[in-house]
Amino acid sequence: MGKLCSLKEAVSQYVHDGDLVYAAGFTHLIPFAAGHEIIRQGRKNLTLARATPDLIYEQMAAAGCARKIIFSYMGNPGVGSLRNLRSLVEKGLLEIEEYSHFAMITRLQAGASGLPFLPMNETGAFDLENVNPNFKRVTDPYSGKSVVVVPPLNPDVAIIHAQRADINGNAQIWGILGEQKEAAFAAEHVILTVEEIVPEDVIRSDPNRTIIPDLIVDAVCHVPFCSHPSYTQGYYDRDNEFYLEWDKISETSESVQQYLDEWVYGVPDRDVYWKKLGETTHSRLAVHEQMSVPVNYGQY
Amino acid sequence: MASIDYSSTELMIVNSARLLQDGDVVFVGVGLPNLACNLAQRTHAPHLQMIYEAGVIGARPARLPLSIGDPTLVSGATSVCSMYDIFTLYLQRGNVDVGFLGGAQIDRFGNINATVIGDYAQPKTRLPGSGGSREIAAWANRCYIITPHQKRRFPEKVDFCTSAGFFTGQGERDRLNLRGKGPQAVVTDIGILQPDESGELVLTALHPGRSLDEAKNNTGWVLKCDRCETITKPPTEEEIRILRKELDPEGIYLK
Repeated sequence: MGKLCSLKEAVSQYVHDGDLVYAAGFTHLIPFAAGHEIIRQGRKNLTLARATPDLIYEQMAAAGCARKIIFSYMGNPGVGSLRNLRSLVEKGLLEIEEYSHFAMITRLQAGASGLPFLPMNETGAFDLENVNPNFKRVTDPYSGKSVVVVPPLNPDVAIIHAQRADINGNAQIWGILGEQKEAAFAAEHVILTVEEIVPEDVIRSDPNRTIIPDLIVDAVCHVPFCSHPSYTQGYYDRDNEFYLEWDKISETSESVQQYLDEWVYGVPDRDVYWKKLGETTHSRLAVHEQMSVPVNYGQY
Repeated sequence: MASIDYSSTELMIVNSARLLQDGDVVFVGVGLPNLACNLAQRTHAPHLQMIYEAGVIGARPARLPLSIGDPTLVSGATSVCSMYDIFTLYLQRGNVDVGFLGGAQIDRFGNINATVIGDYAQPKTRLPGSGGSREIAAWANRCYIITPHQKRRFPEKVDFCTSAGFFTGQGERDRLNLRGKGPQAVVTDIGILQPDESGELVLTALHPGRSLDEAKNNTGWVLKCDRCETITKPPTEEEIRILRKELDPEGIYLK
């Protein structure tokens, strides 16, 4: 049946020790279920790239999956610090490679477009260039001025969550688009996770909404509620309470390990995780309908 | 007129909101900048265009956004685009009037550190890093900074320049051909600092009941105060009502 498989199978086949992994999603659509599956399968020495490492990479680093983090904002969004990651970095236990958001996504854009590098306008903030040798300067052949460039970022595997896709991996996304498309096109392999598998007709009824085409997708996994505690627009809300709670959990490595034992190692998959969250959480995160007006593509 | 009670956070938000002009296109961050922009839109700047770095344009958040990518920003917005588009087509191309910035340190020339206290390789304190601020600081037409006025936040020179202010003096930005004009005001709980002709931040206004000495004693360089001739107008009842009743009814940021 197309590329349908379980998330367990997809991770087992496409995520290897030492890989460069990009789990996409800017606040929205963060594929936590895939992060947890990678932890359960005990992957090691990964280079984890994301603009915002968020809780997903903090958990993966705490579980011993990471050798290095590539990022542009290492905070708990809306809350404060990623305490565990911060402590690993301050102690020199985790390698970092740092960008601004724009430099990070410019690297992905170069990777997604098959370019050797991409230029960016001057910011004057040289300190970051001085600590990250991937920032280089070239002379603009037209104006003769100095231009900042960054190299492509080509992950071994990108993990992309979407609202819906057909079994071949044509995926439709609405809401915040972040760097989903760029990460998918930049990667060697793409694992797609979706809230719903829909017939190809549904996709074909609204082709402008398809962000990821099947031709770059390797595996399609049906994983409802994959993003919790992040969210999926129109499906469930962001669990801000959990993001706040994590601020306390991440105060000590013991409480982080306890969390991993209970919520990652202690459950076989996302279905069990979601049921374990319970009815109160489910209804707290439920979303009221606000439909868009359909458009007429026309019969030709 | 009876005076009303307000917190120092409310004071900073209200004064930041008043810096916005009707029709401004603003690159909004969550927290205090978001409250300032929504307050301005509901008072003197109904045509304020709010852009969020997650790629949302013309947002009309129905509830208080608690993260930069809150879904409430999307529902009812005029447009959503990728992050690459928001940073290129909107910010780099010059379509953003105002950016809000924050950081652990702001120095005498408005340079901001949001990256690290101490040495980069052996940090004393590791901070979150640039996010969008490096480019916002360079390319938005004007930037505003909201921060409590404390000596440790206002050193003579930042440990790490995450986002550029005026470097070591006005003229540096022109030499580098940066399109934005740089930080135009720092709103604190004591008053307002603005750059003088040399790019140095000087005190230009005090909030009601605050003193020059307080401002000087809480600044890490010798703060020039000879241009400080204004006392800011206290927040109005209506401004405080909108903040408390409409924008942050649960008091998440207004503590």
